[in-house]
Amino acid sequence: MRRVMVLAVGALLGLAAGCGGDDDAGANEKLVVYSGREEELVEPLFDRFEQETGIDVEVRYGDSAELAATIAEEGDNSPADVFFAQDPGSLGAVEREGLLTTLPQDTLDRVPARFRDPDGHWIGTSGRSRVIAYNTDALSEGDVPDSVFALTDPKWKGKIGIAPTNASFQAFVSAMLLQLGEERTRDWLEGLKANEPKLYEKNTPVVEAVGSGEIELGLVNHYYLYLVKEENPDAAVANHFLTGEDPGALVSVAGASILETADHADAARRFVEFLLSDPSQRFYVDEAEEAEYPLVAGIDAKSGLPPLDNLRGPQIALDQLGSELEQTLELLNAVGFTT
Amino acid sequence: MSRTRAPVALAVPAVAAVALVVLPLVYLLLRAAGGGLDVFEVLGRPGTLTLVVKTLVLVAAVTGTAIFVGLPLAWLVTRTDLPARRVIAVAAPLPLVIPSYVAALALLGAFGPRGLVQQLLEPLGVERLPEIYGFVGAWLALTLSTYPYVFLLAGAALRGLDPALEDAALGLGRSRWGVFRRVTLPALRPSLGAASLLVALYTLSDFGAVSLMQYNALTRSIYVQYRSLFDRTPAAVLALVLVALAAVLLVLEERSRRRVRASASGAERRPKTIPLGAWRWPAFAFCATVVAFFLVVPLAVLVYWTARGVELGHGIDFAWEAALSSVSASALAAVIAVVAVLPVAFLAERYPARWTRTLERLAYTGNALPGIVIALSLVFFAANYLTPLYQTLALLVFAYVVRFFPQALAGVESALQAVHPRIEEAARSLGHGPLRVLATVTVPLIRRGLLAGAALVFLNAMKELPATLLLRPIGFETLATEIWKYTALGSYSRAAPPALLLILVSAPFVYLLAARRGSDVSAPG
Repeated sequence: MRRVMVLAVGALLGLAAGCGGDDDAGANEKLVVYSGREEELVEPLFDRFEQETGIDVEVRYGDSAELAATIAEEGDNSPADVFFAQDPGSLGAVEREGLLTTLPQDTLDRVPARFRDPDGHWIGTSGRSRVIAYNTDALSEGDVPDSVFALTDPKWKGKIGIAPTNASFQAFVSAMLLQLGEERTRDWLEGLKANEPKLYEKNTPVVEAVGSGEIELGLVNHYYLYLVKEENPDAAVANHFLTGEDPGALVSVAGASILETADHADAARRFVEFLLSDPSQRFYVDEAEEAEYPLVAGIDAKSGLPPLDNLRGPQIALDQLGSELEQTLELLNAVGFTT
Repeated sequence: MSRTRAPVALAVPAVAAVALVVLPLVYLLLRAAGGGLDVFEVLGRPGTLTLVVKTLVLVAAVTGTAIFVGLPLAWLVTRTDLPARRVIAVAAPLPLVIPSYVAALALLGAFGPRGLVQQLLEPLGVERLPEIYGFVGAWLALTLSTYPYVFLLAGAALRGLDPALEDAALGLGRSRWGVFRRVTLPALRPSLGAASLLVALYTLSDFGAVSLMQYNALTRSIYVQYRSLFDRTPAAVLALVLVALAAVLLVLEERSRRRVRASASGAERRPKTIPLGAWRWPAFAFCATVVAFFLVVPLAVLVYWTARGVELGHGIDFAWEAALSSVSASALAAVIAVVAVLPVAFLAERYPARWTRTLERLAYTGNALPGIVIALSLVFFAANYLTPLYQTLALLVFAYVVRFFPQALAGVESALQAVHPRIEEAARSLGHGPLRVLATVTVPLIRRGLLAGAALVFLNAMKELPATLLLRPIGFETLATEIWKYTALGSYSRAAPPALLLILVSAPFVYLLAARRGSDVSAPG
């Protein structure tokens, strides 16, 4: 037994030394990315960047918010060069810690101002719209409400699904707060609560539940539909896009940022630039299984999606969503969605 | 019991080990202190009390059911002529290797609305199954993950029990039930206490099951707070509430333990097999139901998903390389945890004093914390004060040791309790020092207990996710991260093969744990 232990401890120390020893030993330039975007969705982009530039990309995948918290704990010692996140909230959290650097103006100019941080600390790389997913067996698209405010109608009692602990739902409520104020938002949340919506952990299970007929309507982001269809092609679910300035038509982004402390700042700038290049933007149209919106002008979304320019949504700035979050959580808590 | 003062050679490593294990607590205190008066605001919210009550209800329900399921199973397979008891002895503890988020997903796949069971029953006119979301689902999923602790620890204690006591009671005319209640059960108290503690701490700290089942336990709220990002104080305060609850449980368990005395004599005698008579088949039905519900159902769902993946053309990607990474990191953690635990357990058991007992209890508290809290605390300490070790395998293994220290402790302590201190005292009277006695007398005597502790750490590390995601070296894929990669996208057909592989790879270790016989305590190799 003791011999085994001695061997094991020896092996561990050896491994630890091995892991610590390979720092920058290679000739290749290196880039460290913390990615809150899923490996299955974005790995081809990383591969392509490696091929094009010869830079070795090391990616740490995780949940966007957890990675943001990680960067905050790491502080000045963060090994990350780039933070590639699922939502403006996570990017904003790292920005508020003062850990992000300003991106070059010509990179920022690639996307419309509404899809980036006004201070230039992060930039949207792909877009997603809130939608109402509906069950195609139970409803035709004409039956689906054109505003989230119609969802408090008692006829939808028990038929709606939401994911109140998920960042995307919280961002939508924050948008409503910014646009319409606390009173109307609270009224709406209470009306929704009275309709006894079913609660899920995140967007995917909501769309699955709509597809299986467990519920009829779900408040989600548009691209989960494609992921669910990929897993279950028979799922009876489709998206209904809301129009005008309804908060349920919020368009948000996944985005990228560069850390102030980046050891490989040059490679990091090239990478963000690469994410916004025409070919990378076309990736969301031609290859990605989840059909997000490209944000660069002149590249049209996957066919079947309404054009991005037609999606208005609430007229709020995405970087403000983060600062509303505290109040959003308090409201969700008070109305009883999170306790 | 020895009244001598604790030797420095033991005290120093014990204190050092516990000091490292409580690092997450230090981190939480730092974070909470940074919040100033907000701490009281968070504690005073009406929602906080609701969370505490809901958490306690879940802990009580899961612990109760785990005992109700695990104890009879353990007794039936170790003591009676139950049909197919070998098979059941191996199958019953296997759910231990299923991560609770996989267990919850599988239960939802089976019993959720429009799940597999409902689809099967649809021709019979069943339109709706009872609601699984909420308390029921969380309770079932966590019972699945935790009853094996009771089964394994009670089973080991039953095997180590001196049958002479029961025989004597029977000879005095007690009924079977009377003997069980008056003799067997009290002798099982320490192991049941240790098992309940592990079950309760697991339930307190679990996030996977409660979030998928949408049950508002404290952990879910802690995650919501972390994910909301604007302020880390509320999460830290709620996590400290979890620690406080754990402290209460630890004190309660300590009290209940004090009332019993170790009864194992070290005598080597196989107890007589008890004939179940007319109860044979009903007892078998009970065991079969448990195994069917908690093992066969989740496995069936995973196999169904795998098959659907093949149908969809995903193929089956078994991720062998990730399996190798999982096994090596978990095995290292298991060995180190047991070595680190030894002085703590030995000190607490053999030199009982207020401070040694407190030290031992303190080592358990971190186990009540959800993985993300432990992960972020180690991110904080390692990134800022141990930069060369940050995000290396060494740190990941250290995180496993910190998280699963109590599992090792419980395994080693129950083995220590079964060895009479007189054997060690004899060795000491021959002039050997305490470390020498520990190494040459105690360790060989309890080596099965060490293995059990190591196996528990190993199995838990195999399925660990939150700390693995944040602390692993970049590119170091484990089975748990492979499963996560796909479940995060809702791609269950691709998550199922690595989940099955995780169960497959872990199963032999469970066999090792479950199949050890009564001959444990005797011959030192």
